[in-house]
Amino acid sequence: MNLILVTFIILLAFTSYYFGRKKALVIQSSQRLTALPKFYGYYLAAWCAAPALIIFALWSVFEPSIVKTFILQDYTDQNLTKNELQLIYTKVKALAAGTYTGNITNFLDESANKYIQLKGIANSAKVAIILAILIFSLSFAYRSVQKNDRMREPVEIFLKWVLFVASLGAVLVTIGIVFSLLFEAIRFFQAVKIFDFIFGTHWYPAKTFVRDGQPDPELMKDAFGAVPLFAGTFFIAFIAMCVAIPIGLLSGIYLSEYAGRGVRKYAKPIIEILAGIPTVVYGFFAALTVGPFVKEIGNAMGLEVSAESALAAGAVMGVMIIPFISSLSDDVITAVPQNLRDGSYAMGATKSETVKKVIFPAALPGIVGSILLAVSRAVGETMIVVMASGLAANLTMNPLESTSTITAQIVVILIGDQQFGDPKTQSAFALGISLFIVTLFLNVIALSVVKKYREKYE
Amino acid sequence: MNSFKKNLLKKRYNAERRFQWYGKIAIGLALTFLAVFMFQIFSKGYSAFQKTWIVTEVHYDKELLLIDAESPSKDDLENADYYDVAYKAMTSLDPGLPEEEDRQLIQMVSYKYETEVKDLLLKNPDYLGKIVPIKLTASDDVDQVHKGNYPRDIPEKNRRVNDYQLQIYDMLNERGDILSEFNISFFTSPDSREAELAGIASSFMGTVFSILVCLAFSFPIAVLAAIYLEEFAPKNKFTDFIEVNINNLAAVPSIVFGLLGLGVLLAVFNLPRSTPLVGGITLSLMTLPTIIIAARASLKAVPPSIREAALAMGASNMQTTMHHTVPLSMPGTLSGTIIGLAQALGETAPLILIGMVAFVNTIPGTPVDPAASLPVQIYIWSESAERGFVEKVSACIMVLLAFLILMNLAAQIVRHKFEKKWS
Repeated sequence: MNLILVTFIILLAFTSYYFGRKKALVIQSSQRLTALPKFYGYYLAAWCAAPALIIFALWSVFEPSIVKTFILQDYTDQNLTKNELQLIYTKVKALAAGTYTGNITNFLDESANKYIQLKGIANSAKVAIILAILIFSLSFAYRSVQKNDRMREPVEIFLKWVLFVASLGAVLVTIGIVFSLLFEAIRFFQAVKIFDFIFGTHWYPAKTFVRDGQPDPELMKDAFGAVPLFAGTFFIAFIAMCVAIPIGLLSGIYLSEYAGRGVRKYAKPIIEILAGIPTVVYGFFAALTVGPFVKEIGNAMGLEVSAESALAAGAVMGVMIIPFISSLSDDVITAVPQNLRDGSYAMGATKSETVKKVIFPAALPGIVGSILLAVSRAVGETMIVVMASGLAANLTMNPLESTSTITAQIVVILIGDQQFGDPKTQSAFALGISLFIVTLFLNVIALSVVKKYREKYE
Repeated sequence: MNSFKKNLLKKRYNAERRFQWYGKIAIGLALTFLAVFMFQIFSKGYSAFQKTWIVTEVHYDKELLLIDAESPSKDDLENADYYDVAYKAMTSLDPGLPEEEDRQLIQMVSYKYETEVKDLLLKNPDYLGKIVPIKLTASDDVDQVHKGNYPRDIPEKNRRVNDYQLQIYDMLNERGDILSEFNISFFTSPDSREAELAGIASSFMGTVFSILVCLAFSFPIAVLAAIYLEEFAPKNKFTDFIEVNINNLAAVPSIVFGLLGLGVLLAVFNLPRSTPLVGGITLSLMTLPTIIIAARASLKAVPPSIREAALAMGASNMQTTMHHTVPLSMPGTLSGTIIGLAQALGETAPLILIGMVAFVNTIPGTPVDPAASLPVQIYIWSESAERGFVEKVSACIMVLLAFLILMNLAAQIVRHKFEKKWS
C-alpha cells in the first residue's frame, strides 16, 4: 500500500515535470519566458512531490503510536504496567495479522477487530489526505506556471532547503546518539545509584538476573561497579600506546625527515595497510597467535600467564594504531616551516639534533593531538578486546592477567536477545554514554590542539 | 683540533647514526608485523579452499529404498528411504566390523551423507539397482587429518579421531579413495554448525546487502550536506556547530553507533532485527561523516576560477554549483565514498549489537531477511571450538581482505584516472 502510494507520487512528479516543460513551450509562443523551460517542469514536480511526501513521512511516523493509544485505551482501567501493556499490544497485532498462537480471549479478539478497523480507517484517511494535498498543491503550482511567474528562484530556494536539511543529517545522528544513550542510561540510574556505578569495584551484572520479578536492590548495588572496566579500558589503551607511540613516532620522523623519495613512496602506504585491516581480523590474530605466544614466553620465564592476557590484546591494538600516529605525526612534522630547519643546520647541528631539539618541540602540540586521537581510538576499540582479552572484569594492573573493557562488556551484555527494561541491558547504555563522553572529551581536546597548531604556522 | 673536540664530534655523529637506525627499526618492526600477520593468515587459510571427499560404493537397492514401482517416477525417488542404502555404503568400507561399532565409520563423513546419496540418484535415475562409486563429504576431523593439521601422536582419548578411524583413513588413502578438490561449497553454501559444510554464501550476501543499503542512505545525504556546507552555508554559529559536530562524529567509536541502532532503529522504529537493512542504516550513520569530509575536501579543491567563469557567464549560484563544481569534484567524492564503504565493510561490533550474529543457515534473498556479514562470520567461527573452523576463519579473512583491497584499488583508480590536476 505504502509502496504504491510513494510510487504514484513519484510517477506523478515525473509526469508533471514533462507537463510543465511542455507548458513552458506553449507559453513561449505568446510571451517571453522568465526561466529555462525545464525550470517550469522542476517547479511543478517539486510542488507535486515535496508536500505529499512530507505529509506521508509524518503520517507513517505518528500513525502507529496513535493507533496504539486508541487500542490501549480499553485497558487503562486494569492498572497494568507499561511492559504488560506492550505485551498486550504485541498480542493484538499478532492476532490481527493472523500469526498469534496463544489462547484468544474475547477481549483480545475485540481489540484485534478494533485494530484492523482502525488500520483500515487510517489507511483510507492517509490516501484521501495525500490525494487532496496533491490536487491542491499541483493546482496552486499550475496557476503560477500559467501566470508565467518567475520560475527559477523558487526552484533554487527549494533546492537550497533540500541541501540544508541534508546537512542537518549529521546533527540528527548526534542527537539520536545522545538521546538513545541518555534515555536508557537515566532509567538505569533510577535502579542503580550513579555513585555505585562510578565508584563500585565489582562488575558482575549476570548476578542480577532473576526470573520473573525485580532483582534484589542489595545485589544491584554490588553488581554494577564500573571501576574495573574503566581501569581495564585505560590499562589496555596504555599498553597499546606503549607499543604504538615509539614505533609510530620514530617511523613518522624517519619517513618525513630521512627517507628518500623511493622509500617514502612505498613504505608509507604499506604501513597504512595496518590501519585498513578490520579489527575483527586483528582480534582473531591476537587470540590465536599472539595470546598463546605471550603465554609460552611467560611460562618459559616461569610466570603465570592467562591465555587471554591484557598484554596480547594491548600489543595487537598498538600495532593497529601505529599508522595513525605515524601518518599524523608525519603530516605535522612536514608542516614545520623549513626556515626552522635551516636555522638549526646553519648553527652546525646534525640532522638528529635538529629533529630532537628544534623540530620535535615545534611540532609537539600537533603530535600530542595525534596521540590523543589515537588514545580515543584505543579506548573505543571493541573486537580485539572481546576476542583476545577475556570477558571477566578483573580489577588488576598485571598485564599477564585478563581484564575487560567498557566496549567488551557492552558486547557481552547485548549479544543475543536483549530485554529492554532489564537493568542489565540498560547498564550497557550507561557504559555507552560514559564511553561517548570520554572519547568526545579526548577528541575535542585533540582537534582543538591540532587546529591551534595549524594556525600557528599558516 | 684537539682530541676532546674530536671525541665530541664522533659522539654526535654516532648519535646521528643511532637515531637513523631507530627510525629504520621502527619501520622494520611495523613491516615485519604485517608480514608475519599475512603469512599466518595465508598459511592457515589456504587449505580451506580444498575439500576432502571419501570415495565409497553405494548400491541403490530397490528393496532397501522401499521402491515398489517397476519404473519409478521422480516422486518415488524423492520419497524413497535412503537411510539403509547410505548406511550400507559407509559400513561396506569395513565389512568385518561388529554392528554396534558402525557409528565410528558413519562419523567419518558429514552428517548430511544421506542427502548426498539421495542427490546422486536424483541426478542419475538410471543408477537405480546398480552399484556405483560415490563421493561423500568427509567429516571435519578426517578433513583436518588429511590436510595434516591434526596431530596424530597425542593419546587416543584426547583425540576426536580414534585409532580405528585413522586406520580406515590410512587404508582409504592408500587406495586413493580420499580425494581433495577445490572447495566450491565454501562459496556457495550458507553457514553451518559443521565445519565441513559451512560456507560464506549467507554472510557474503549479508555484507553485499548491508553495503548497498549503506551506500543508498549515506551517499546522497552526505553529498548534499557537503554541497551545502561548502558552497551555500553562511558563516555563522550554527554552521560552525554543524562542522564541529561532523568532525566529532567521525571519531565516535563504532560500538556507540551499534547502541544507536539498537536503541532507535530496533526499539523505536521497530525495524526487523538481525537484517542487513538495519545493519546498513547503522553503518551509513557511521560512514556519513567520512563521506561528508571527503566530499568537502574535493569541493574545496575545485579552483575558484571555474566558479568565477560560470558566474561571469550569467549562471546562478545553484547552476554554477550543480553544473560545474559538483561534477568536477565527483572523482574525489567517489573515492572517499569507496574508502568509507571499505571501513564499513570491516565493521563488526555495531552489527553484533543489532543482532546480525544470529545463526543463519539460509542464504538471504532480500535486505530484510536475517543475515550475518563477513566480519561477523569471522567472529562467530572464531568463537567456535572445532578445529576445522580455524582454517575457515582464515579463509574468510582472505576473502574479506581481497574485497577490501579491491575497493581500495577502485578508489585509487577513480582518483587517478578521473581527477583533474589543477596547476
